[in-house]
Amino acid sequence: MAGVKFEQAMARLEVIVGELEKGDLPLDESLKIFEEGIRLSKNCLKVLEEAEKKVEVLVQDKNGKKQLRAFTSEDFDQKDSSMEP
Amino acid sequence: MIRASLEADFPETWLEGEISNLRAPGSGHLYCTLKDGSSQIRAVIFRSAAMRLRFGLEDGLQVVVHGRLSVYEPRGEYQLVLDHLEPKGQGALQLAFEQLKRRLEAEGLFNVQRKRPLPAFPWTVGIVTSPTGAAVRDLITVLHRRCPILRIIVAPVQVQGAGAGEQIAAAIHALNTLGCIDVMIVGRGGGSMEDLWSFNEEVVVRAITGSRIPVVSAVGHETDVTLADFAADVRAPTPSAAGEMVAPVLAEIVERLEMFAARCRQATMSQCLDHQQRLDLLVAHLATIRLRILREAQRVDGTLVSMREAIRDTLKQMTARMQGWRQALEAASPEVRVRHGMALVPQLRLRLTGTMAHDLKRYEERIHAYLGRLHGLSPLAILARGYGMLETMPDQTIVRRVAQVSIGDTIRARLVDGELRCTVEDVLPDSSV
Repeated sequence: MAGVKFEQAMARLEVIVGELEKGDLPLDESLKIFEEGIRLSKNCLKVLEEAEKKVEVLVQDKNGKKQLRAFTSEDFDQKDSSMEP
Repeated sequence: MIRASLEADFPETWLEGEISNLRAPGSGHLYCTLKDGSSQIRAVIFRSAAMRLRFGLEDGLQVVVHGRLSVYEPRGEYQLVLDHLEPKGQGALQLAFEQLKRRLEAEGLFNVQRKRPLPAFPWTVGIVTSPTGAAVRDLITVLHRRCPILRIIVAPVQVQGAGAGEQIAAAIHALNTLGCIDVMIVGRGGGSMEDLWSFNEEVVVRAITGSRIPVVSAVGHETDVTLADFAADVRAPTPSAAGEMVAPVLAEIVERLEMFAARCRQATMSQCLDHQQRLDLLVAHLATIRLRILREAQRVDGTLVSMREAIRDTLKQMTARMQGWRQALEAASPEVRVRHGMALVPQLRLRLTGTMAHDLKRYEERIHAYLGRLHGLSPLAILARGYGMLETMPDQTIVRRVAQVSIGDTIRARLVDGELRCTVEDVLPDSSV
């Protein structure tokens, strides 16, 4: 799940910031994790930018198979009775 | 006949009492005794009526019942056939709620240890609710206001009425099988206790506790509490509140990311600056060291020069002294002395021979003088004057006394010009001597 990966990236980023701010790493290692940190933050921002906002609805077709389709304003207007099995 | 008359005389009855001696055989009919302080009566609840009961019957329960009087003919006992029961003092729903809650609680389904944390960054949120109510609209609005990039999947269900519980449970299962959902919200807007009842159903509670995805319950208003709330990982007081709990604020995440990046840059920059400063210090230090080395090298050069000079001087002195020694040595050479001595030899020889000749002459003269004087003293000279000398034979002892010889001895008489061998004829000592 993308959410888990994103969360891991954020956690790693936080660790990197902590390490860098402590400042007791050798310079070459600092530079290495600095690059990693910048890369992570850019990737995370990119992921956020590219994520598309959508609302879907889980429906069952005639064969009983479940499908996702876009959730439209029409769905709001349906009557409760239409959901009866 | 009795039954017909009883059923005719007491068609409908309301009674109040305590349930005791409750039995539930496999048939689905329930049997019990209703009693109060002074009396008791047998009662039966046939299966069709038992299935309509919202709550469970148990011994000691105070109930208000409705039924008709009848006779159980095989035993000739009269009994009440109940078609409606209600707990006394509280609603049937309330009692049913308490009973189910106690049972599921005992099973451990509401344990705090079962609760899972909600994901910090959900990507996809599932919603199990009615698609038509205000609740779903509010929820979507809140979720997207906070996090515009959130993907929302609505599993539409009927949230009240017959079969609603099963629908809700099935939707929770369906969202679990999708595999892309990070967290789900199960709920509906406000309503009466009857309206919310589906969320107290066991099938819903079990679906929630069996969900692999964390569940937030959001049923009715703040004051409404359902068993779904106890089962969920987090209880939200309302659907909108659930939206607030589930969705992070995107702007805050972006801000946090940017801050992280800024702090990375800041920290690395300051470390670099720090290193540069240290490097500068080291370079400065190196320069002073280099200067010191140059000075030392100069001193070494100077020392080398003076050492070379000193060696050259010493060498010169030594050479000079050696020259002197050689001259002295040459001067003292034995060859010179030998040559010198050789020159002296003839001279000395001359002097030696001169002296010798002179001395020899003198000795000759002295020897001649001695010889002359010796000659005068020699017995031979005495012999020349007519004396003779006798000697015994063969030991040549000079005969001075007559006693030295006997008659017949041979003696020798030495004369000046020779000797004589004489035999003694007679020895005549001189008596006067």
